[in-house]
Amino acid sequence: MAVVERGADEAVAAGTSRPAAVSRVFTAIAGMDWLGKAAWTCLSVGLFAGIWELLWAVGWADPQLLPPPHIFLSNFGEQGKFFNTATRWQVGNSMEGPSAFESVMITVAATTMRVFVGLVLASVLAIGVGVAVRYWHVFDKLVLPTVTLLSPVSPIAWLPVAIFLFGIGNAPAIFMVVVALFFHMVLATIAQIDGVSHNLINVARTMGASKGQIYGRVIVPAILPGMLQVLRMNLFGAWMVVLVAESTGVGYGMGQVIMLARNTFNPSLVFFTIAVIGVLGFGFDWLLRLVQRRILYWLPDTQEKLRVL
Amino acid sequence: MSFEAPHFSSRDAVVCRGIGKTWAAGTKRAHEALRDVDLDIAPGEFVVFLGPSGCGKSTLLYLIAGLEEATEGLVWSFGDLVETPSPQRSLIFQETSLFPWLTVWQNVSFGLAIRGASQQERRAVAAEALQRVGLKAAMDKRPDELSGGMRQRVAVARALAMRPKVLLMDEPFAALDVQTRARMQDFLLDVWRDSGASVLFVTHHIDEAVALAGRVVVFTSRPGRIKTIVPITLPRPRNLFSREAEALRIQLTELLRDEVDRAFAEQEAMGATA
Ligand SMILES: Nc1ncnc2c1ncn2[C@@H]1O[C@H](COP(=O)(O)OP(=O)(O)OP(=O)(O)O)[C@@H](O)[C@H]1O
Ligand SMILES: [Mg+2]
Repeated sequence: MAVVERGADEAVAAGTSRPAAVSRVFTAIAGMDWLGKAAWTCLSVGLFAGIWELLWAVGWADPQLLPPPHIFLSNFGEQGKFFNTATRWQVGNSMEGPSAFESVMITVAATTMRVFVGLVLASVLAIGVGVAVRYWHVFDKLVLPTVTLLSPVSPIAWLPVAIFLFGIGNAPAIFMVVVALFFHMVLATIAQIDGVSHNLINVARTMGASKGQIYGRVIVPAILPGMLQVLRMNLFGAWMVVLVAESTGVGYGMGQVIMLARNTFNPSLVFFTIAVIGVLGFGFDWLLRLVQRRILYWLPDTQEKLRVL
Repeated sequence: MSFEAPHFSSRDAVVCRGIGKTWAAGTKRAHEALRDVDLDIAPGEFVVFLGPSGCGKSTLLYLIAGLEEATEGLVWSFGDLVETPSPQRSLIFQETSLFPWLTVWQNVSFGLAIRGASQQERRAVAAEALQRVGLKAAMDKRPDELSGGMRQRVAVARALAMRPKVLLMDEPFAALDVQTRARMQDFLLDVWRDSGASVLFVTHHIDEAVALAGRVVVFTSRPGRIKTIVPITLPRPRNLFSREAEALRIQLTELLRDEVDRAFAEQEAMGATA
């Protein structure tokens, strides 16, 4: 009996080990897919940096003006100190001030927060107004001309307004992000609503859906994919505007660091900041794509379709 | 504009009186699709619309559904003037029209969700309707995972779940292969008999008209008018190879040929002047 049982055990063990091995292979392949993406990203960035380094090595890129990555990334400690531009901390190597790493983190967090809050406020307001424009005819007549009028105004023109209204601090920077995105996003929302298939709306109508139900159950889900795409595009816009806003109105932030670098003629610091912004923007975009895939589970993978061409 | 008191029974499923429809009326792009359509459809009747492409068959279904307003004339359904869409009249569209973000069963029970039915009730109704189109196993799939024919069957199930008194079907089986279409026709006849609803069915296939119709309404080329109404009294299920069926096929083909020729000539002329 014991022998038989052991044999059975072994069979079971062998039986489980095979699927386990298979699943290990699958996770490895899945992991490799992820790794592959990361490798391509590294290669893409590496290629760009490599060309730059090469130009420096052959002496075409002046290290005083266009310092290559290995120079501007090398002394993190030195660069980090410049991020400590807040007046409430001592500049340089004071005992009370935050360390170089902490300074960078504080600056990054402050700027990221402004981008994030600005983006969320702008999206909520713009989608709300966009839907309201199509929902209420009077609202359309009242609001749309002004929105269209204001949407070509450059964010730079809003900068003095931001300072008049909000002085210095977070508020003007956030205001700048909101005002730079809001009008475009209202127009984008309206365009998305107009693009919703009439058939889908008619199906809901024949089933006795009210206007509110048609908006809530058909139009909003139907425009969601397009709206997330709009949001992703505007994310980059938000990163651009926040630097402009921070370069004047605010005590600290990436925009301030760029201004400092400009005033002290420090190309290394400029490129270091650009690198940090690039990484942050990339990270944000990646997060948004993740959210997109979660929310828009029903969309077919168009990327896949194009790849076979 | 005034209308005489309508001469019809308030029990009629659909009554069309003097229907005309001009798209974009009063503009340069004005385009007359229908003219002077009078039609009475009894409860439980199966009527097939046959006519050249672009003659206004879909337009007429839209008017009966209440999705569009007629420029001339009025539509009644069971004694009530048709002004807005109603769940009593379900329309199955020419193109697939499932909500891609909902699963099959959620699509089928969309109308119940609108009325605020519980999830349990919705699932039960959807299961029953899907059972009838032979797609109960696909309940939890999403529309893009289905084939074109399966999607059209889901659309039929969605219409049935509303328990409509009038079922408006716009070339629902056009995209299916011959065998699948034959099965869907059998299935539709079963559903029609069980439900007691009136069916208004648009098709380009004369065979389909012969297999299904109690009456075939043949339209002229645009602007669509009723050319003739051909009653078919053969008992169902029909033998499409019988002599009577053959005679009907020939009759309908002849009726259509002139109109299709005329429609083509007109569309060519339109292209030449444009
Ligand atoms: N929404 C619309 N706006 C303007 N014109 C339209 C519209 N829908 C249809 N038409 C026009 O009305 C005419 C009738 O169209 P309809 O779709 O009713 O034809 P149909 O008989 O269903 O054709 P098919 O058999 O090809 O589906 C066509 O000439 C078409 O160009
Ligand atoms: Mg049509």
